[in-house]
Amino acid sequence: MRTEAVPGALLEISGLKTHFFTEDGVVKAVDGVDLTVYQNRTICILGESGCGKSIMARSILRIVDAPGRITDGRILYRAADGREIDLATARQGSAQLRQIRGQDIAMIFQEPMTSLGPIQKIGKQIVETILLHRKVSKAEAKEEAIEMLDRVGIPDPRQRFEAYPFELSGGMRQRAMIAMALSCQPRLLIADEPTTALDVTTQAQILDLIAELKEEFAMAVMLITHDLGVVAEVAEDVAVMYMGRVVEEGDVYAIFENPQHPYTRALMASVPRIGVTKSGRLPAIKGMVPHPLARPSGCPFRTRCDSAMPGVCDTSVPDLVPAGDSRTACFLFSDATGNG
Amino acid sequence: MVPTLLLVSITTFVIIQLPPGDYLDSLAAEMGESGVDNTAVLESLRRQYGLGEPFYVQYFKWMRGILLEGDFGLSFEKNRPVTDLIWDRLGWTFGISIMTLLFIWLTALPIGIYSAVRKYSVGDYVATFFGFIGLAIPNFLLALVMMYVAFKFFGQSVGGLVSPEYLGEPWTWAKFVDLLKHIWMPIVVVGTSGAAALIRIMRANLLDELYRPYVVTARAKGMTEFQLLLRYPVRVALNPFISTIGWILPTLVSGEIIVAVVMNLPTTGPLLLRALLVQDMFLAGSLILIVSMLTVVGTLISDVLLALVDPRIRYQ
Amino acid sequence: MSQAVLSHQEDVDDFDDTVKVLGPWALVWRKFKRHRLAMWSGVVVALIYLVAILGEFLAPVQIHDTSVRNTFQPPQAIHFFVTREDGSREFLLHAKGMKMELDRVALRRTFTVDESKIIPLGFWVRGYEYKFLGLLPSKVHLFGPTNPRDTVYLLGADRLGRDVLSRIILGTRVSMSIGLVGVAVSLVIGVLLGGASGYYGGWIDGLIQRFIEFIRSVPTIPLWMGLAAAIPLDWPPLRTYFVVTIIVSMIGWTTLAREVRGKFLSLRNEDFIIAARLDGLTNWEIIVKHMVPSFSSHIIASLTLAVPLMILAETSLSFLGIGLQPPIVSWGTLLKEAQNIRSIIEAPWLLIAPGTMIVIAVLTLNFLGDGVRDAADPHAH
Repeated sequence: MRTEAVPGALLEISGLKTHFFTEDGVVKAVDGVDLTVYQNRTICILGESGCGKSIMARSILRIVDAPGRITDGRILYRAADGREIDLATARQGSAQLRQIRGQDIAMIFQEPMTSLGPIQKIGKQIVETILLHRKVSKAEAKEEAIEMLDRVGIPDPRQRFEAYPFELSGGMRQRAMIAMALSCQPRLLIADEPTTALDVTTQAQILDLIAELKEEFAMAVMLITHDLGVVAEVAEDVAVMYMGRVVEEGDVYAIFENPQHPYTRALMASVPRIGVTKSGRLPAIKGMVPHPLARPSGCPFRTRCDSAMPGVCDTSVPDLVPAGDSRTACFLFSDATGNG
Repeated sequence: MVPTLLLVSITTFVIIQLPPGDYLDSLAAEMGESGVDNTAVLESLRRQYGLGEPFYVQYFKWMRGILLEGDFGLSFEKNRPVTDLIWDRLGWTFGISIMTLLFIWLTALPIGIYSAVRKYSVGDYVATFFGFIGLAIPNFLLALVMMYVAFKFFGQSVGGLVSPEYLGEPWTWAKFVDLLKHIWMPIVVVGTSGAAALIRIMRANLLDELYRPYVVTARAKGMTEFQLLLRYPVRVALNPFISTIGWILPTLVSGEIIVAVVMNLPTTGPLLLRALLVQDMFLAGSLILIVSMLTVVGTLISDVLLALVDPRIRYQ
Repeated sequence: MSQAVLSHQEDVDDFDDTVKVLGPWALVWRKFKRHRLAMWSGVVVALIYLVAILGEFLAPVQIHDTSVRNTFQPPQAIHFFVTREDGSREFLLHAKGMKMELDRVALRRTFTVDESKIIPLGFWVRGYEYKFLGLLPSKVHLFGPTNPRDTVYLLGADRLGRDVLSRIILGTRVSMSIGLVGVAVSLVIGVLLGGASGYYGGWIDGLIQRFIEFIRSVPTIPLWMGLAAAIPLDWPPLRTYFVVTIIVSMIGWTTLAREVRGKFLSLRNEDFIIAARLDGLTNWEIIVKHMVPSFSSHIIASLTLAVPLMILAETSLSFLGIGLQPPIVSWGTLLKEAQNIRSIIEAPWLLIAPGTMIVIAVLTLNFLGDGVRDAADPHAH
């Protein structure tokens, strides 16, 4: 048994690579992610669309659709009984993996419109989850489902139990999704851009709800988002991703007050701040995210980086090293000798 | 529904009126040849059914007979009321059609699901290949081929629904077994093209659903692949599948009629063909009318069924 | 200066190499070419139509020539070598003659191969006179016995001793053209009604849609049987042919009309149509110049898929004896010869030969149509 897991760590991802083998070539959606999720803490995964954050999250539950698959790395999950399970190598379809899905680690998705079965009643879908993982009778499961619906703030839960997804608004559907995800009291909730498809007021309500439930159920939350405002509001830890790698991780104050990686710095600078009057345009990150099939050699960010050092950044990929108050993968803070 | 049925009855009547002359003309010619003078009988028949009167008068007389007295008219050739001749045969036609529908479902559903889930596997290619063959062989040709094969290689007597020795016998267990030995062939023949079509439809529907977010949700809940497959995507893909009954029933009835002619089944097919060829207008008209109407009703039932299983349609 | 011009020139070349602007048809064609099965099916379909066009040139025997001695004669095999009297073998394309014996007790005829009778075969042989492509009188046939007085039955003979092969070749013309003409008729009806339905909407749409639903909900075979049976037997063949074609085309147009309507409905609110309307184009101009080109590839795909349906319909009707009538030779009327089990058992080639042609034609037309549809659909992956 490995003993390197950090105390308090619930999930420890190291060197995770999830690649998509398409007809046009291999898309390295996740290419060497190192990340730790701690118990009872909220970690936000921040990054532009297409940076691999969703795929990384889906890799944890092993629900990446073909032609994608995990090619390397470990996802060490520490179960409640102290066992450590490597999810990256768990057999697809095994009872062990299915036990963890839904019961230990639950997930909610971006599109509440399409993430619920379209022609099954909401209540039935929740009851189904409860019955899958817990030894309760159907009637008990129904009562619990109604209680959950009530808990996530759905009015008239007893009636909504009988409702179909298309009868609910987007916000209500996302609440129902949350109720379903939390129905087995998971230890980790992965929320993949849960508010992107919702309008602004609903977004705030859903985020508040997740934060509230996190305290109540004493669970860890992994929130995936591209919205810096969301991060500032709910995060305790932050990991910034760029082209399939974590480029900087640390607690929320370190990332916001003292960002180290040029990408993080550029991100922070691109946000308008109330009270700060600046003339001219907001600074934007130059260039565009490279095509996934045309990854730059070395540090993937070097093509857009103002501090890129020719001969250094294009030869090898930087590792995460401590810098400032966080850990950063950038040659400004480490020697180019570490990684090939 | 009612306008459709009305339209069906008018269309049918127009069609059976199309041939120039009528059966009584040929009957009169025949009688004239044999030297029998039956002008009075012919005249009374003409009056009763309004032959020679304007089209709409004939139509109303015919419809009034059907609606008020259940009288579909007279089969001139057999000189018996149409109602005496048709019900048995209609029963067999629809019996075979419905059994064929069941056969199609029982084969198309699992094969379609398999083809979609194991896309581009050997099994999928085999199913696709047979699907195309099934679509390309016309019913009657398949019937001929199967009859030939059954006779040549298995020495089985073909044609009819029971062996000759059971014809006209009361129903016994042995006769029933004999019926089963015969009836599978028309069912398979009529059902092949429909099954082929439905396999393709099911496969396409399911492929549409298989990669939807809700499938991922179900997987993330910890369901087994088989559980989630049947409970979510298959369940959703089933709805357009059910609505296909609407169009498949007419084609089954059509197919049954043709196959019945080839296989000499005691169903509507041979009777209708004969009636059309000798211009036995009320018999032909009644058959077309009833077959069409029952099909329309069947389609309606499939619509109702669809609304029952799909809450989204109910909601609209 | 010259350097700058040069580099500019390079840029242009570069652009030409990488970004070729392909027209919509070129794109469809490029996608279609990748569909191997559809490509090959297209070749087969083209060959079948070629057979239909050449007709008599390919048919070795007059199709209406009867011969009592050859009734139900089985197919004759083609041999390549003959053995001379001195024992040497020599290349000669030929068929062996067949001897018919009548079993008077069983009232059956049996044919045995007559090894001594050799019928030499060859290409570009003289035979019966016909008009090439209906225009040029000619006696030359692609293939047949070199002696015009010999006859050979490569696919056997029917109940009147007529050559099945020749009849299938000429039946191809009738069956395949019914597919084309029928599709043309349903194209006109379908596009007119579907277009009107989709373009005007409102009660016109409602009326046409109800009508289409009506036609689709009624079992077609009994209705066609009724219609087809109404064709008087004494009509000239050509008129029967056209009426049957029209009856057959009654099935195809509803699908087409629905498709056209759907396209019209979705296009009606597209920006480029609204722009055209604001530019002051008339309805007709908008339809012809903008709407039809944008869905013509779909129409071609549905038409291709409708052809086999028409062929099957014609075949079924003629088989039942209420479609095309005997002087006309089509695959359906040929199959009518194989209507009962007894003649199939005595002469299986009457079933197998035309049946195979129908299956090949329908199958390749379906593959071709599928390929065209996939190629025409810009959303398909």
